[in-house]
Amino acid sequence: MCGLCGAFGGSDHWTGGSAATATGLTPAAERQARARIANQILKPYGLTLDEWAGRFTLRARNGKTAIIDHFGAIWPEAEKLTGRSFDPLDPADLDRMEGIS
Amino acid sequence: MSAPDDGDERITANVLTGFLGAGKTSLLKRLLALPSLSGTAVIINEFGEVGLDHLLVEAIDDDIVLLKSGCICCNIRTDLKTALLSLFERSRNGEIPRFSRIVIETTGIADPAPIVATLSADPMLRHHFRVGNIVTVVDVPNGLTNLDAYSESQRQVAVADRIIVSKSDIAPAEDTPRLRARLEALNPAAEILELDETMQPEDALFVRDIHDIEARGQEVARWLQAETHAQDHHGHAHHHAHEHDVNRHGDIRAFVLTGDAPLSWARFGLWLSMLLNRHGGEILRLKGLLDIEGNDSPVVVQGVQHLIHKPMHLDRWPEGVHGTHIVVIAKGLDPALVERSFRAFNDLAPLADGLAKSA
Repeated sequence: MCGLCGAFGGSDHWTGGSAATATGLTPAAERQARARIANQILKPYGLTLDEWAGRFTLRARNGKTAIIDHFGAIWPEAEKLTGRSFDPLDPADLDRMEGIS
Repeated sequence: MSAPDDGDERITANVLTGFLGAGKTSLLKRLLALPSLSGTAVIINEFGEVGLDHLLVEAIDDDIVLLKSGCICCNIRTDLKTALLSLFERSRNGEIPRFSRIVIETTGIADPAPIVATLSADPMLRHHFRVGNIVTVVDVPNGLTNLDAYSESQRQVAVADRIIVSKSDIAPAEDTPRLRARLEALNPAAEILELDETMQPEDALFVRDIHDIEARGQEVARWLQAETHAQDHHGHAHHHAHEHDVNRHGDIRAFVLTGDAPLSWARFGLWLSMLLNRHGGEILRLKGLLDIEGNDSPVVVQGVQHLIHKPMHLDRWPEGVHGTHIVVIAKGLDPALVERSFRAFNDLAPLADGLAKSA
């Protein structure tokens, strides 16, 4: 990954949203709600996300865990934890998702 | 003048790009002569034709930093950061006049994306500066040839917010509409303006941008015209991704993703960050108006390559527009596959005909 792309911006990453996307929940409740939704996507990849003390923990099926600050770090970390790549354009994954939706 | 966005006091950084000889410096000179742009500093990225552009611009403004490196990709990051922060500090210390805007003029062959990435990704820079309009100058005599020959030229057009068509006065009359059609197809979300060297540009070129609350609605409406272009070109909204069409140049394609039901912000963020993690280098520009669950008003997102800016709020839906519309300008990605992925990850039903919408 390019150095520029890896320079994620901490807690003010775009995936954290802004006033424009606020839900009215407390920050902790919002992070928990976001983690629940994310797990619907992450589970089939063998990944689990949990809210943890203002941050998130990402756990792979092999037991490896990483602490991340924002959703933008999920996929780079998931690739490190699992040693595989994740492509949202993979037709086989899309077939699976369309089958269960 | 632009209205600050929710008290955002950051300095706007405009990127001015275009191929060698397109007329960047001439345009800049005319813009900086406008009283409303008098508080503008300039940074030039030196490369190749050393000094010529610099000498011309130096006569305009004392607050100039000439970058030492030869540009291209990540190398620019340190130089640009140092130059920007140096100007900012000197301005704050009273060594040079305070400036409210900075224009970064790239070299002719530069891909502007790393400059935008530098501004957006570095926490210190992001704290002081925000990315304003990216302005790309394309000259009629050489524009089509450059677009055919150089991917950098295509990239400069693809990332632009405003495209200036220059030097039409010294080219055959029929060349200008041909160039315009090509530019529109490459980047249907940008505003294209014809401006010869004798014409005075308006400050709106830099001043009216997505950060300006008053201009935001109009700016987003322009993005949405990308779909109108599709209808103009094809006579219908849906268009099969594999057919030949005018939006295919090299393999840069502009297309529009649409959503008919509100999106979950968490799902959308997870999907887009996954797409950018794997394909960020192929996505040259993304501009979207989103219908987000729990929000009555639309949410605006935009980015260049891997970098997405913080989402912004739009007061109301543009007239006649409902639901999510995302304009994507990408190199080497199959629009139908991106559309399929967008719908699957965002819990939208697959399109019955499996067709993606070309811009």
